[in-house]
Amino acid sequence: MAAVMTLEELRAGLAWRKNLDKVFVVLGLVILLTCLGLLALLFLDLVRDGGPRFGWDFLTNFPSRKAERAGILSAWVGTSMIMFVTMLVALPVGVAAAIYLEEYAPKNWFTGIIEINVTNLAGVPSIVYGLLALGLFVYTFGLGQSVLSAGLTLALLILPIVIVATREALRAVPKAIREAAYGLGATRWEVTKDHVLPYSTGGILTGLILGLSRAIGETAPIITIGALSFIAFLPPSPVGPEFPFLNFEWLRSEFTAMPIQIFNWVSRPDQAFQANAAAAAAILLAMTLSMNAIAIWIRYRFRKKINW
Amino acid sequence: MNTTTDIAAPRAETPPALAIVMDERQPARATPAKAVAEKLDFWYGANHALRNINLTIPENQVTALIGPSGCGKSTFLRCFNRMHDLQPETRYAGSIMLYPENVNLVGKGVDPIEVRMRIGMVFQKPNPFPKTVFENVAYGLRLRGVNNRTELAERVEKALRGAAIWDEVKDRLGDSALALSGGQMQRLCIARALATEPEILLFDEPTSALDPIATAKIEELITELRSRVTILIVTHNMQQAARVSDFTAFMYLGELVEVDATSKIFTNPSKKATEDYITGRYG
Repeated sequence: MAAVMTLEELRAGLAWRKNLDKVFVVLGLVILLTCLGLLALLFLDLVRDGGPRFGWDFLTNFPSRKAERAGILSAWVGTSMIMFVTMLVALPVGVAAAIYLEEYAPKNWFTGIIEINVTNLAGVPSIVYGLLALGLFVYTFGLGQSVLSAGLTLALLILPIVIVATREALRAVPKAIREAAYGLGATRWEVTKDHVLPYSTGGILTGLILGLSRAIGETAPIITIGALSFIAFLPPSPVGPEFPFLNFEWLRSEFTAMPIQIFNWVSRPDQAFQANAAAAAAILLAMTLSMNAIAIWIRYRFRKKINW
Repeated sequence: MNTTTDIAAPRAETPPALAIVMDERQPARATPAKAVAEKLDFWYGANHALRNINLTIPENQVTALIGPSGCGKSTFLRCFNRMHDLQPETRYAGSIMLYPENVNLVGKGVDPIEVRMRIGMVFQKPNPFPKTVFENVAYGLRLRGVNNRTELAERVEKALRGAAIWDEVKDRLGDSALALSGGQMQRLCIARALATEPEILLFDEPTSALDPIATAKIEELITELRSRVTILIVTHNMQQAARVSDFTAFMYLGELVEVDATSKIFTNPSKKATEDYITGRYG
């Protein structure tokens, strides 16, 4: 049988194809390093500009008219409280919705519409959530311009992210495992709570944290619902000295948050405040990156424990 | 379409006696039926996957289902524990009567979960839960509300011994089941099914993912188990069917072509199609 090509031709062709392979590796690496480099540059720039402002005082001072005395205490406390509310709402609601869609819902046109809408909601501009929340939470429910309103708004915003991530995680549990549990006589709920949920915890938490790290930087919706940009007090402490040691007054408190504080400082004419803005932005970026790091760590831990 | 009947009206309360068991390993004897499929039809949506299956499963015997890929043998097996009910748009007609209670396993009024609690299954690929060895075997018991530690420990040990894996795992009951070898995982899955003392044990090509040594162990185990539990096994491997089973049913294109004592099927089948299949002319 005649060969398609001679050995020399074959080698020349192979060399060419292997070169293409190398070109792709180099190209990919260049693009990747450019992106990472830009992020690192941005971060270093913020750190350099804000350099003189870093310190304990910056974290423990309230905002002030004097740039050198201004701090981000009310901003980071506000952000933490809002994130806490967001997490507490988005996790159970998002996971429950995902479980319903993935494990229980019959496949018909109605659930089809819900599924498409959930995915679309992830693409709705955040200002729209802000407007919705202003009408719904602030006025209709009368929750006011509070930590609770802000937390609920951001929870709504990241709900689609949590739902989609959770569904992916649930779907990753092999059918064989479900069949094993059903085969022993488990009900649908038993299969979900004993197997599907525990084995997909890593993916669910990863999705939640990625959602939260998006929420932490959101500015538009919380400005819309009325975050203040100059707050020289803290919301009441959630833990008190007297029984039952918890109070929920802080939920009704007015608030500010990191991105709003940054925006406020950036828009001031006084150059000294620019350093404050840079320092606060560096801290916000560090908060986001560390949340992502936690997500990666969680995913790694759970992957190691469960490898199908 | 014809709907499933829960319990067909004129039927003997006692299971019908089968033909004489032709088995060189035991003296010839009449074996009562554990389950009888009668005029069983099954549909995946519009796909008529099983057609008019009539088959008697003798008690405490091994019945093998053989046939080419897509012939419906796994589909038939999964009717016994209503696995199909987990998929939408599946439908049964006819009956699989379980004796001695005379319950139609595929009847409309019969709870599939109840059926699965009585009939265990071992799957093609070993599928232990990513939990400890102990928790894998204990899970079926926990579902049934057994929470007493001593009782759990006793039953888990009994099941593991029954699945011939106790000696290998007795010192690592707290380890993850995923650390076991493939053959051990499959025996663990058998133990998991045995723990709740099922009346019938279904095997769906239990050795197709295993090496020959692990396969030999599983086959030996199946032979041991047959004195205690009725076994229905789907296999691609005809030598396996010949080695482990007392009865063999040959299926083709969703129909049951022939069923007889295994020794007869493999030496002197009465249908041409069966002979062609077992002599390797297709499949």
